[in-house]
Amino acid sequence: MIEVRNLNKEFDGKPVLKEIDATFKKGVVNMIIGRSGSGKTVLLKCIVGLIQPTSGQILYDGKNFIGMKGRDVRRLRRDIGMLFQGSALFDSKTVLENVMFPLDMFSRKNKRERRKRAEFCLERVNLEHAANLYPSEISGGMMKRVAIARAISLNPKYLFCDEPNSGLDPKTAQLIDELIHDITMDFSMTTIVVSHDMNSVINIGDSVIFLNEGIKEWEGSKSEVMDADNEKLNDFVFASDLFKKIKVAEDIISEDGKG
Amino acid sequence: MQKQNHMNFIRSIESVGEYASLMSRVLSVPDRMREFVKEFFKGVYSLGVNSIWIVIIISFFIGAVIVLQIALNVDSPMLPRFTVGVVSREIILLEFSSTIMCLILSGKVGSNVASEIGTMRITEQIDALEIMGVNSANYLIFPKVASFVAFMPVLVIFSMFMGLFGGYIICLVLGTPSVETYIYGIQAFFRESFIWYSIVKSMLFGFIIASVAAYFGYNAKGGALEVGIASTNSVVINSILILVTDLVFTQLAMG
Repeated sequence: MIEVRNLNKEFDGKPVLKEIDATFKKGVVNMIIGRSGSGKTVLLKCIVGLIQPTSGQILYDGKNFIGMKGRDVRRLRRDIGMLFQGSALFDSKTVLENVMFPLDMFSRKNKRERRKRAEFCLERVNLEHAANLYPSEISGGMMKRVAIARAISLNPKYLFCDEPNSGLDPKTAQLIDELIHDITMDFSMTTIVVSHDMNSVINIGDSVIFLNEGIKEWEGSKSEVMDADNEKLNDFVFASDLFKKIKVAEDIISEDGKG
Repeated sequence: MQKQNHMNFIRSIESVGEYASLMSRVLSVPDRMREFVKEFFKGVYSLGVNSIWIVIIISFFIGAVIVLQIALNVDSPMLPRFTVGVVSREIILLEFSSTIMCLILSGKVGSNVASEIGTMRITEQIDALEIMGVNSANYLIFPKVASFVAFMPVLVIFSMFMGLFGGYIICLVLGTPSVETYIYGIQAFFRESFIWYSIVKSMLFGFIIASVAAYFGYNAKGGALEVGIASTNSVVINSILILVTDLVFTQLAMG
């Protein structure tokens, strides 16, 4: 479980995150949604320690990450897997080498065992056939899957995904969503997904936080998102015609039920 | 205007601090020695071995031109003809093969290192390393710096040999001075310490080239344009630092 307490972040005196309090549970997909520029990625980067917050606490299973010393930070980070928006695969390494990299750096297993584990992770994302290809030779969707395989290679406790569906077609996006969901369940991880894609929220979001201009505007489950009594959240959710139509259909069914 | 100059001065001081802080992270014990050795040999190949051809070509022609210029311009009955060989050797050994060659390599190797690391920064590959708990500065920069510094003597010796060989070919073609006189000249009053001086100086320059370029790449922000700017800045700053260091080092070692 990850807890964020009273988190603030300013850039050059301009507040980007304001007094964020949130709890991200284990074994479920926790989603952070919001418009572009609402502070979602900054919040995620604060949680993983890529950006230093101005004030507040970030607790990983009760241990405060802020103010942790270098060696402890690095030890904690070995329990973290992250899927970046642009995949962040190492260009000079093959797909298999990318997945093996965390194992090469931190695992005490011998080379054969490390390779076996990397092959297992690639099989888990259905990419065993691409092991010897370079990132430049595979598609965007495949890159995301390789990045997921690399993120889970050390069997992390926490998985972070920054816009996992950006730049993907709807079918591939759904595949990536399902993969994130299944992996979270299989390995009982604490997963946080940053997204502005409402399809993802409906597909896999177990708990949802809505950020608006750096403030946590709303929190609830995915079933509550559509019926939330929050104007800003409704503006965001029903910006899509599809969701407007779903809402209208739901209201009609509900009226019919009453009648 | 005065405020702008003041800000630029503050920024320069900050950059020196950032460079020192980065080097303190770079020059630490690698997380995995096996990975360091792998990256070290990759660096030897990409930064060192891949630079041999440019060193050979440039050294050959510049060596030939140095001998040609001296032969044409130092033409006095007061000076023996073997002076051409002596002066050419001293220029090549003391300055050309270390300083001028390093200025050229700061363009090739410096821009290579800055753009490679800069691209890794803007594509979040460095963030990915940090998230994994890897000391990204040590993992990416230390093998590059170490391999380039270690390979520098090889490049310098190639450069010295090819520079002197270029002069030999000029003497062979033009016949003035004769090949025998030139060979006598490059052996006359020879001091072995000049070779060591040149090698040590070039290793120092090698450290400057790789580490300063890595600093610019590591701190790149934005997109492809900023990577290009980082690469250009690394070449400019490296050139200035090499020339200033050359002056100081020469005074300290030879003065």
